[in-house]
Amino acid sequence: MNLLGKLSWNAIPLDQPIPMFASGLMILAVLLILAWITLRGHWPYLWREWLTSVDHKRIGVMYCVLALVMLLRGFTDAIMMRSQQAVAAGSEQGYLPPEHFDQIFSAHGTIMIFFMAMPFMIALMNFAVPLQLGVRDVAFPTLNSVSLWLTASGVLLTNVSLVVGEFAKTGWVAYPPLSELQFSPGVGVDYYLWALQISGIGTLMTGINFTTTILKIRAPGMGYMRIPVFCWTALATNLLIVAAFPVLTATFAMLLLDRYLGFHFFTVDSQGNPMMYVNLFWVWGHPEVYILVLPAFGVFSEVFATFSGKPLFGYRSMVAATMAICVLSFLVWLHHFFTMGAGADVNGFFGIMTMIIAVPTGVKIFNWLFTMYGGRVRFTVPLLWSLGFMVTFVIGGMTGVLMAVPPADFQLHNSLFLIAHFHNVIIGGTVFGAMAGYNYWFPKAFGFTLDERWGKASFWCWLVGFYLAFMPLYALGLMGMTRRMQHYDNLHWQPWLLAAAAGAVIILAGIACQIIQLVVSIRTRDQRRDVTGDPWNGRTLEWSTPSPPPAWNFPVLPQVESKDDYWRRKARAHVEGDERRPPPDYRPIEMPANSATGFVTAFFAVVTGFALIWHIWWMVALGVFGAFVTMLVFAFRETEEIEIPAAEVSRVDRAYRAEVAR
Amino acid sequence: MLKRFQIRQRTRVSWPCGARTLALVAAAALGGCSEGVLDPKGPIASAEKMILFDSLGIMLAIVIPTIVATLGVAFWFRSSNTRAPHLPDWEYSGRLELIVWSIPAMTVLLVGGIGWISAHDLDPRKPIASSAKPITVQVVSLDWKWLFIYPDQGIASVNRLVIPAATPISFDLTSAGVMNSFFVPQLGSQIYTMAKMVTHLQLLADAPGTYPGFSAQFSGNGFADMQFTADAVSPEQFAQWATATRNAGPTLDAPSYAELARPTQSVPPFTYRAVAPGLFQTIISPDEAPVHPSHTAHAMDVRGSAH
Repeated sequence: MNLLGKLSWNAIPLDQPIPMFASGLMILAVLLILAWITLRGHWPYLWREWLTSVDHKRIGVMYCVLALVMLLRGFTDAIMMRSQQAVAAGSEQGYLPPEHFDQIFSAHGTIMIFFMAMPFMIALMNFAVPLQLGVRDVAFPTLNSVSLWLTASGVLLTNVSLVVGEFAKTGWVAYPPLSELQFSPGVGVDYYLWALQISGIGTLMTGINFTTTILKIRAPGMGYMRIPVFCWTALATNLLIVAAFPVLTATFAMLLLDRYLGFHFFTVDSQGNPMMYVNLFWVWGHPEVYILVLPAFGVFSEVFATFSGKPLFGYRSMVAATMAICVLSFLVWLHHFFTMGAGADVNGFFGIMTMIIAVPTGVKIFNWLFTMYGGRVRFTVPLLWSLGFMVTFVIGGMTGVLMAVPPADFQLHNSLFLIAHFHNVIIGGTVFGAMAGYNYWFPKAFGFTLDERWGKASFWCWLVGFYLAFMPLYALGLMGMTRRMQHYDNLHWQPWLLAAAAGAVIILAGIACQIIQLVVSIRTRDQRRDVTGDPWNGRTLEWSTPSPPPAWNFPVLPQVESKDDYWRRKARAHVEGDERRPPPDYRPIEMPANSATGFVTAFFAVVTGFALIWHIWWMVALGVFGAFVTMLVFAFRETEEIEIPAAEVSRVDRAYRAEVAR
Repeated sequence: MLKRFQIRQRTRVSWPCGARTLALVAAAALGGCSEGVLDPKGPIASAEKMILFDSLGIMLAIVIPTIVATLGVAFWFRSSNTRAPHLPDWEYSGRLELIVWSIPAMTVLLVGGIGWISAHDLDPRKPIASSAKPITVQVVSLDWKWLFIYPDQGIASVNRLVIPAATPISFDLTSAGVMNSFFVPQLGSQIYTMAKMVTHLQLLADAPGTYPGFSAQFSGNGFADMQFTADAVSPEQFAQWATATRNAGPTLDAPSYAELARPTQSVPPFTYRAVAPGLFQTIISPDEAPVHPSHTAHAMDVRGSAH
């Protein structure tokens, strides 16, 4: 019996220069960072303050870092695909052979959806939701840390596949029978499945955590109709996670049983039914789209209200629209495969349901428009992203409804028109929302604002680059170019693909501007300190605490009397004098103690996942045992909470009040 | 049938003239490269193109004003513009809410109507009305090539689909392994090919010509070369081609099919002069003994249960 399962030196693609160079670079970067941390002696600080932290704000920041790094990784794949298709015309084969190109588009989709867009949204929810609700943390702080680190485990496994073995060559949806052992005997699909199973558990726990938090833990007086809209969208998103992710986990579990134990859920032979996978995948997959975009809608709602100096127009409509989308998103999955041959009634029904979901979305667009109407609109970086979103998203929504007409889809399905459409809504919606939220809440997280000039440069590069990169794809789709082509014969397509590649380069410039923005802002942080905690003249409770907020967020939980409660308090203080005085009666605060549970569990999850991928059974047992023992240790812990003395709470709050008063 | 649909659609959506013009301008911009979906060569593709532009026109009628209004409102109410009215507490208007919900609802009503009616009129398995007798073609997607079996002519062709123009073609499609999607954009509607299942598609080419066809569902390493040409020829030429094909080339039986089914890439077109009866049936249900070839399509129709 081989102690290392299927693993051998052959797993490392030493003969392929491109992946070797890429992974070499990646390993070098990781080693440099680790060496820097070690030399500077930052490990104790990192361990104490970040890796074992259960503070929702810190976890939010770590999710955000993860998402930004994965944005770079996923974007590298994008640039490679665009450059390959820009050159591989006629008899040219480009520089990426099919077996490599296929891995790249599979990894691009997987990473961008699961490890960039979703962590970014979860980052924003983690950071902002408890602050907006006026509470000290989420319902289950340690679970929150476990969620983060399990997501990181999935990220790690996916990136390990670059060095050891291969990634899936099936596209990010991994449809069987292509993803079955018969057609994909390598470890690529196993990397895909185990990485997503592990991070999927993390995501599900996030869903449970935030659903509980928003439903059960809010500041006194915050009834349902006083919850900030971002929290409403977060609630809808997390309900979707709780309802949809188990479907994905079960579907992947069935595919894993096929691959590992010879089951026949989705195989070609022995009565397997691959159509069932396609259905189940999209039963998760379509709600997933709204998991990605609803929090972004929440961010835009906050941004438009704040920078127009007005309450959000039609708050109740917005809430109703959000919850309508939440429910309807489970009734549209079949539109991902109108071309499977279902009858006209079935296709017609799902087509119409898909269009109906555009109604609440349209309502939101108009409500944002009326929010600006009569306001004093400040063109800050978050507002620019939001305006860019409105223009871009209605175009993407329109092409989406277009493809909801079944016969139109018969012509456009799987074409580059489809690719253009979903990048139009995911970049235009989720990514723009993430960037708006990043610029909007950054000063709250770190106590200084981000540079406006570089922020605007970044926005314009992204916007122009996006249109240049994706409008040609609409045209190419209509011209009959399908997705995932490693090379093509039709030379008429090449100019459009060159334009798209140029667009990708402009987006790269946008990303570079963002990195510069961060560096410049850190260097000039002393001039851009936010001492008031309210740099934008905000409306919701997160702006009523210092930037960055203390671990306990609020010295005393705020008493909420209306929606936009902080705005009301500021207005009243304006009329009646500073409401802040006299200082409240400070009490000691119980805060959850740091825990290494998340980090250690994730370590064992990586071990288990890696061992399962390579069939190293003793290591699987070790990993599962380790994770179980970690859970036991946590269950029998002695200190659950630490107490912040009243004096400390008082000291921090008085210092903040003194700063504000100056 | 299709004619009826076209006329109905015209009357239904003739109102947003401005939007239609815009849609046509957009079409003209793309027209420089007349191929693919925008250059239909058959009734199905023509109807689909029209549905595309009608729906686009209806939606542009609301999308363009929305974009203009968004930018206009944001600009007019910029904080430096003191002439703009200031309504710092305005957050609700019942009448506006009604309009806000009804504009998208009415748009969706129109496009939804198009969606429902066209889903029925252009159902892939719906026979095309024509005076010509339909030709049946059995399509098998293999790694990574296309096999076209002509059961009535008793011949088969790889990576080249020859069809008579102005004649309805009735396709029965399946896959030897992984899923693919059979697609000739200029003729219309693509449809999946799935192992051990049969999907149906009806297409018609108006005039002779050569139209590119390919797989629109990623199927592995040889996917990019999984191309074929659809050659529409006159009925006489089709008959000649069938006769010529019957006189030369290998035969397609169980052993030669097994040989063909092996994964290969960029296979040049060639033909089989004869096909073993019931081969298509054997491909979709290898465990059963071949039944009547004419019954192939009924055994595992996707519409009903797959088993």
